[in-house]
Amino acid sequence: MTIEPRTLETRAETDLAEAYYRDRDALPGGVAVAGIRKSAFDAFRRSGLPHRRVEEWKYSDLRARLKSVPAFAARRSDDDAKAALAALDDVYGAADRYRLVIVDGHFHAGLSDVAALAEAGVRVCPLAEALVEEGESLMRLPQIAAGDAATGLNAVFCADGLVLSLPEGNSLDKPVEIVHALSASAVSTSERVIVAAAKGARATVLETFVGGAEGSFSNTLTDIRAGDEAEVTVARLQAEAAGTTHVGSAVVTLGAETKVKLIGAGIGAGFARHQSFIAFTGEGSRADLLGITMVRAGQHVDQTLVVDHAVPHCDSRELFKTVVGDGAKGIFQGKIIVRPHAQKTDGQMMTQSLLLSDDAEMSLKPELEIFADDVQCAHGATSGQIDEDLLFYLRSRGIPEAEARTLLVLAFLSEAVEEIGEEIVVEAFEERIRAWLAAGA
Amino acid sequence: MLEIKNLHARIAEDGTEILRGIDLVVKPGEVHAIMGPNGSGKSTLSYILAGKDDYEVTEGDIVYNGQSLLDLAPDERAAAGVFLAFQYPIEIPGVATMTFLKTALNAQRKARGEDELSTPEFMKRVKEKSAELQITMDMLKRPLNVGFSGGEKKRAEILQMALLQPSLCVLDETDSGLDIDALKVVSDGVNRLRGPDRSFVVITHYQRLLDHIVPDVVHVLSKGRIVKTGGPELALELEQKGYADFVDAAA
Repeated sequence: MTIEPRTLETRAETDLAEAYYRDRDALPGGVAVAGIRKSAFDAFRRSGLPHRRVEEWKYSDLRARLKSVPAFAARRSDDDAKAALAALDDVYGAADRYRLVIVDGHFHAGLSDVAALAEAGVRVCPLAEALVEEGESLMRLPQIAAGDAATGLNAVFCADGLVLSLPEGNSLDKPVEIVHALSASAVSTSERVIVAAAKGARATVLETFVGGAEGSFSNTLTDIRAGDEAEVTVARLQAEAAGTTHVGSAVVTLGAETKVKLIGAGIGAGFARHQSFIAFTGEGSRADLLGITMVRAGQHVDQTLVVDHAVPHCDSRELFKTVVGDGAKGIFQGKIIVRPHAQKTDGQMMTQSLLLSDDAEMSLKPELEIFADDVQCAHGATSGQIDEDLLFYLRSRGIPEAEARTLLVLAFLSEAVEEIGEEIVVEAFEERIRAWLAAGA
Repeated sequence: MLEIKNLHARIAEDGTEILRGIDLVVKPGEVHAIMGPNGSGKSTLSYILAGKDDYEVTEGDIVYNGQSLLDLAPDERAAAGVFLAFQYPIEIPGVATMTFLKTALNAQRKARGEDELSTPEFMKRVKEKSAELQITMDMLKRPLNVGFSGGEKKRAEILQMALLQPSLCVLDETDSGLDIDALKVVSDGVNRLRGPDRSFVVITHYQRLLDHIVPDVVHVLSKGRIVKTGGPELALELEQKGYADFVDAAA
């Protein structure tokens, strides 16, 4: 190779390079995994952190955001992890579910329902161990996700996480919650979660991202591999502390006759980028994507998705709702790609935003790239304010202004909430939404 | 008691003058009809009573039970007993009708220092009033006014009125868009609410509503002023002669 490595420009980029040189020998995985990490790192060395001149990241300039990158967290003791967890909101409270716990990027089997899941026929393996055994295939991502800057950085640094394997035909009796907790000290994390659902398996996975401190940087990746005829719902709730930088990638690969529903709620963090990559690899499958984003003063929250219809006869539905408060910035980027032979594709994308003040900002970028000629694809994007006539109607019935506004914001989000279909998720999300509104926009 | 004193108002956005000195006194238990041609300011008056901020009061006052309504926000006016039945009730997708009714009722009770209604008690009241207005539970399960026909929307307005028990009811062209049967259901609903402590301001373009809701006093509004006041016979006179005579008289 004769390409001149680009000199890393910022403190954060230098921090990341130093972290790699310091940690690379300790990162788990054999020679093949080390090779994947190395080539991902080389790509980072060439491009640096993504910034506004990188089209996919134009609205979320990570290079400008990150002033420095704290050291990647070491594994905590179970006691410390338990204490960190206890200090944070339990989003699903008393709801009956299996729980798997990741604190500061490391999976704590001792705090998790591994045995109970094993009884239900589902295997949970710490990623650090799994990478040693079968690392190369676990690290592999579909093409649309592999070239991304954030998934690349996750490949460089992922030290732990977990692999949840549902065997063929397994139908889990209750949801599995994967808690991604950050302790109260500013650290970097880069965990990877792999959900592998074999043929005909059914599961609901709840991912919650909580905690953190000013300066925390989390760059997580969840890789959902839904085999033929599998039905998987993944509901992700990002409610990190105000000062964190959160990058969360969800990568979904669908087999044939597969159904995946990916629900994402972004409420927390100071700067958040949620990205979803959906790859259809078998015919007759359907993906439903729902996004609920609420941003307030000083926050920057980005929902970016790429849906790749690489095979015929698949349906995708995207409905993204964003509420933007005073002094906040929301972003939606959605791209549907229909490859030349992916005939009979049906893709519908809708994104709507509600701006709560004149000083709220929303950027919307829907894109269709259609190379097949027998497809149905549509997208829509709207941006608006609370309708004063609706507000007056509610107030004329005695409902005070703040409460009337809350009702109207809930009404705006209701279409997406109603599509969730999982009662415990609906309840948890609604509680979060109400709390958000009660805190004032 | 409602006293409107020399009320002048204009459209806030462009300053167009709409009301040019209205004086009106409505005593408890009275039903006053306000009739007038299109553009005379009838709906504006109803919106100003309810507190819509598209309009600016430039002169005069509206005093209700000794208090100026102009100082109160729309929700405070509602809690003080003012209710506007809209000419065009608004559809609000995503707001469940029952949630809305309960929120409104309890917000008003709270503002008046009363306890919230329990869900069973609330349900009992809704069922009772709905039956009187031929409103099915199926309608109530829908989002507020969404997919309601014109007649259903008007009946839903009267249901809200019956539940909220206001002391001043302003009906803005409640008869518009109603067929004869629906007009009777709505009028019966209004008449059931008539009582010594409740006043009505009934705004209408046509006399036919007043066959069902018989007013004590009829006013003719033209170009933002009341140009004639009389008894129920005035409505019949208008029906026969049209508005032209009155409008010219005012000019």
